[in-house]
Amino acid sequence: MLQWLPENVSTFGQGVDNLFYGIYYLTLVVFILVMGTLIVFLIKYRHQEGKRADYIEGSTTLEIVWTAATTVIVFGLAMLSYPQWNNIKSPTQFPDNPDVVVQVSGKQFNWDMTYPGPDNELGTDDDLKLENELHVPVNAVVHIRLTSEDVIHSFFVPQLRLKQDSLPNRFINVWFEATKAGRYEIPCAELCGFGHSGMLGYLNVHTQESYDAWVQERWP
Amino acid sequence: MHDNEHASHHHEESFISKYIFSLDHKMIGKQFLIYGLLMFFLGGGLALLFRWQLAYPEKPLPIIGASEQYMEEGEVVTGADRMWENIYESEKEEWLEVNMPNGVVEPAFYNMLFTMHATIMVFFVVVPILVGAFGNFLIPLMIGTRDMAFPILNMLSFWLAVLAAIIMVVGFFVPGGHAAAGWTGYAPLSSDPQWTGVDWGQNLWAISLLIQGFSSLVGSINYITTIINMRAPGMTFFRLPLVIWSLFIVAILLLLAFPVLSSALALLIFDRLAGTTFFTATTEGGGDPLLWQHLFWFFGHPEVYILILPGMGIASELIAVFSRKPIFGYRSMVYAMIAIAFLGWIVWGHHMFQSGMRPGLGSVFMTTTMLIAVPSAIKTFNWLGTMFRGAIKFTTPMLHGIAFVSMFVIGGLSGIYMANTPVDIFIHDTYYIVAHIHYVVFGGSLFAIFGGIIFWFPKMYGRYMNDVLSKIHFWLTFIAFNCTFFPMHILGVGGHMRRISNPMQYEFLQTFEGMNIFITMSAFTLGFAQLILVFNFFWSMYRGKVAEQNPWQVTTLEWEAPTPVPHGNFGQIPTVYRGPYEYSVPGEEDDWTPQARPEHAPATSGD
Repeated sequence: MLQWLPENVSTFGQGVDNLFYGIYYLTLVVFILVMGTLIVFLIKYRHQEGKRADYIEGSTTLEIVWTAATTVIVFGLAMLSYPQWNNIKSPTQFPDNPDVVVQVSGKQFNWDMTYPGPDNELGTDDDLKLENELHVPVNAVVHIRLTSEDVIHSFFVPQLRLKQDSLPNRFINVWFEATKAGRYEIPCAELCGFGHSGMLGYLNVHTQESYDAWVQERWP
Repeated sequence: MHDNEHASHHHEESFISKYIFSLDHKMIGKQFLIYGLLMFFLGGGLALLFRWQLAYPEKPLPIIGASEQYMEEGEVVTGADRMWENIYESEKEEWLEVNMPNGVVEPAFYNMLFTMHATIMVFFVVVPILVGAFGNFLIPLMIGTRDMAFPILNMLSFWLAVLAAIIMVVGFFVPGGHAAAGWTGYAPLSSDPQWTGVDWGQNLWAISLLIQGFSSLVGSINYITTIINMRAPGMTFFRLPLVIWSLFIVAILLLLAFPVLSSALALLIFDRLAGTTFFTATTEGGGDPLLWQHLFWFFGHPEVYILILPGMGIASELIAVFSRKPIFGYRSMVYAMIAIAFLGWIVWGHHMFQSGMRPGLGSVFMTTTMLIAVPSAIKTFNWLGTMFRGAIKFTTPMLHGIAFVSMFVIGGLSGIYMANTPVDIFIHDTYYIVAHIHYVVFGGSLFAIFGGIIFWFPKMYGRYMNDVLSKIHFWLTFIAFNCTFFPMHILGVGGHMRRISNPMQYEFLQTFEGMNIFITMSAFTLGFAQLILVFNFFWSMYRGKVAEQNPWQVTTLEWEAPTPVPHGNFGQIPTVYRGPYEYSVPGEEDDWTPQARPEHAPATSGD
């Protein structure tokens, strides 16, 4: 199953993938043990003429053992996950001083990108509006101000391991730092109407030179 | 006692009062069962329509779809072409023309299909069968009483469910089409017709679910009252079979959860028809789309456990009976179910990790959600413990019981990925979720339902279901089920979003075309396998081998009643002397000791 995971190109993506792999191996081991036990029991304790089942009502020791063991494992897993989650989603823990700030707004059935321009303020004359094309430099902290103009959409970049719903009249901050230049798809992941399938934007991660050239071209 | 005996021996009824407006819990149970099976075909058929679109996007459906020549040159070649020609020539805007011209599923129709597939399966198939059919049929029989506490409410519960189903089906044919905002009906997509173009469809969806809510409410009051007040002498709570425990807990969940959905639906209807803005954020103020999600999932997560707990109960019966052993850790099984039901109230936020809810809450809900692994693990280990040193008989119901446990293990383990907030960022809203829910609700609940139907069929209809057909159905279903839903985990890991009608529009999903085709072919096999079950069900009702009173040698009270069970159930109400799982008791001649068998050598035997 692991080779199906798309390539990771964000700084926090590896943390997500590590947790994924960890859970994968943990659940795989549990699955093999449980299914193995089940199959052994089914064969070994199948009904045979003249043989009776043993009258066993249970075992308090075993109940305590597997309750405690499961509790410890799931709490351990939760502990490992808090920092990753906060790193990705908690605005207080975002890296400061973003290199790029963009407002992304979902609208049936497009992503509208608004760049604040050289004055770094939205709603001024030098704003740049682009439909479905997001341009960012590689290895730079990007902050996105995510919102929506109509229904709920969800900003999803599989390769960044990033997904966040966008809501009307609410601004949600999202950050990422891409580690590899390229052109990645931004599908909408939340049902948003009959055009939901095919609501698709593109994230263009440029090298610094190519990004500078792009900026130069837009705001000469 | 005299009045009751009178009722059980001289009860003459007309056709209408016996088969239609029946007050007998067994007939109402059977009515719910047939209702659920009929809706199962509607819900499954919808799934096959959208599965076709996913495998062959924008290609006409087989049989009813137009031919290539017709679509390209307008040349009528096949019978289907002639049908489409007639439809296009007619003055009226035909239903098929709007929703699937030439037999190609339109995107808006696609949204309606998956919305209604889930709505019907959850509210009109699994709950009516598990709670309505098994609850009604089993509770009075297994606790040893003559009927439900409120027979008229019981009848009302069924007929409200019928009314709800009629309204839900009518919704397909209103202008604008049926609800298309997903079974979760997220606002504002659902709360304002301008975003979907769906007008009365969504209203009828909400009204139908409101009525279905009343039906469940009435039913659950009945179950709770009956179980608390009407148990046979000696039937203490800790002598109740686990399936009754599960139905008892589920009735409490239904009683508390459904009103939350009902209020959300009422607010949704106000938003749509009266111009309120409970679920719409406006610049002047107003409501919040997240309010809908909180209300829906505060109901929705207990609802998920409503769908699985009775399955666990049924599986426990099957595994104990056919392992010929007591349930391993009976009390911890009960406590685990109570724990699951309790935790079910404090985990709803795990559906909303990516919704824009405060991230700190995500961590809290992750912790509570992970905790559910504990009672789930307890149950799984106890089922294994029940089989340990047993004498396992591989009857068809037992095969379903074993399938339940193995599929539940997969569904439970895949839940850990989603409970984990960072991993959920990636797999949220992908096919991983679809795979998980189907492993729990189809792999879990439906296998339990199939097993339960075959197991209790002899008590319901006095005949066995045909075992060869049952076995063919089991193996086909088991294999096709896994071929359909297991690959969906892989789609999800690849990032394949759910609820998209055409994956081929995305560059990163191109590699999944073959897998989607494989899933669709398996889904069609799975669908056709269910025809065997339904044929077998109705055929065996009249032609099946006649069954004796207790064909599986079970200890619980329903098998003490004569077959077919008369009105009033028992000649004399049985007295309960022991727990429900006394199998292979040392020193006993038989390997089963019925709950109603008096203790050995009673000193006061003469009467």
